[in-house]
Amino acid sequence: MNAKTPSRLEKILRAGHLAVTSECGPPRGSAIGHLVEKAETIRHHVDAINITDNQTSVCRLCSLAACIRLKLLGLEPVLQMVVRDRNRIALQSDILGAASFDIHNILCLSGDHQRFGDHAQGQNVFDLDSMQLLQTVRRMRDEGKFLGGDPIDRPPAMFVGAAENPFADPFEIRVPRLAKKIAAGAEFIQTQCIYNVERFERWMQGVRDRGLHEQAFILAGVTPLKSAGMARYMKNKVPGMDVPDEVVKRMASVPKDRQAEEGIRLCVETIQRLKEVPGIAGFHIMAIEWEERVPEIVERAGLAPRPALC
Amino acid sequence: MIVAERKPIEEILPWLEGARSVLVLGCNECVTVCEAGGKKEVGMLASALRLLFAKEGREVNVGERTLERQCDPEYLDELRDTIDAYDAVVSLACGVGIQFTAERYPSKPVYPGVNTCFMGAALERGVWAERCQGCGQCLLALTGAVCPVARCAKRLLNGPCGGSSAGKCELGPEVDCAWQLIIDRLKALGRMEDYERLIPVKDWSKDRAGGPRKVVREDVRS
Repeated sequence: MNAKTPSRLEKILRAGHLAVTSECGPPRGSAIGHLVEKAETIRHHVDAINITDNQTSVCRLCSLAACIRLKLLGLEPVLQMVVRDRNRIALQSDILGAASFDIHNILCLSGDHQRFGDHAQGQNVFDLDSMQLLQTVRRMRDEGKFLGGDPIDRPPAMFVGAAENPFADPFEIRVPRLAKKIAAGAEFIQTQCIYNVERFERWMQGVRDRGLHEQAFILAGVTPLKSAGMARYMKNKVPGMDVPDEVVKRMASVPKDRQAEEGIRLCVETIQRLKEVPGIAGFHIMAIEWEERVPEIVERAGLAPRPALC
Repeated sequence: MIVAERKPIEEILPWLEGARSVLVLGCNECVTVCEAGGKKEVGMLASALRLLFAKEGREVNVGERTLERQCDPEYLDELRDTIDAYDAVVSLACGVGIQFTAERYPSKPVYPGVNTCFMGAALERGVWAERCQGCGQCLLALTGAVCPVARCAKRLLNGPCGGSSAGKCELGPEVDCAWQLIIDRLKALGRMEDYERLIPVKDWSKDRAGGPRKVVREDVRS
């Protein structure tokens, strides 16, 4: 398959390499130095870096500005965009803004409900849903047209991605839902963090049965656990997260000062196990405020060095 | 029906400062059914106001009246001869009735005695739930007659989102996931293949987004 965009991530995936992406959250203020440091820490160990968009509905520096920063530093950003906060005019406008800086990757998301954030009394937008945003970006890119039908001068050249949570309910529609996202235009998929590998494998079986792994690149999501407390929090408090009891037990079975190491070990083991799952095109490592450990995870999981493309 | 909730009396009281005569005005339609603004609630609010006025040492005449409908000029006309006796009206109708009363009597202060919440129905006595947001372009044929606009917290037309858990919304166990309900319905109807049909971008101009709406029927216009 030939690349449809100048995206480095797309080229790596189409060349058949296992891709590695990671993500960084922007700051709660305008001091962007720390974000740049985090991104620089992982520069040589990942192919692209997602920048989250007001994740958990907590107001932060915008994903677009942070992506521009990374791009200007020669890094490969993935612009995350949620449909919660912007209508179709603002979404398309921001996509063009990103395109003007040659940002070549976008991840289309719904966004957490604002009730979970620091502005619970805010209005939400949801003019489009995440599938319709996928369609919109594809239309802008492939047809060179706005949703309203007018032509775009220099359309965005973006590799288009979506998230999928194999662990949310109802389980039976999780494969059809992926099919729907691919039909809407998703070319790569980053999954929710995987702790329940059996359940993920069952989902992947369904994905392969329908040949969906040949229609989009599936990047398996992993998040290293820092502590048993974090494992419990993810299990009980994060909607749509599936952390099996044995993972919590394993984290709790080692003394507190060694739990972080255990979390890294578990993450590396998970990647190694997932590497054996047919149809996986790469990994998305979401080390929440723990980016400094990403290089080590990538190396220990046998994913280094990264291919030197373009 | 339109579902409303009674406002706390502390919120209403400051609006009536200086009034010597107040009409508590109920409505015999939706707000009667949802027990927020019918004859019974008019009586309760009027009694409570009388007590509070007395406590403040104020002599205020509190009248009670419940119209068949406040969203209909014909019934509002019934107040024509009596309304001048009042300095203010507290309407327990929905937002529509409150505004219609004010429009009919432009020089009379009219205050809301309820918060108008949504279009919905009773799940059981004392529990009402939203079912429709009047988006102006009904999608129910596509979604097994369960509305994602009114019932999904993100009004996703192609849901569910990743937060759906054991049939419940990411907002919490008290909220059903609309898309779980849609999928259950499609399954019951033997129409699961419909799930994979992408619902296209919606024309929200028929919704609130298009500005204040009107329905004009030339065929029934007088």
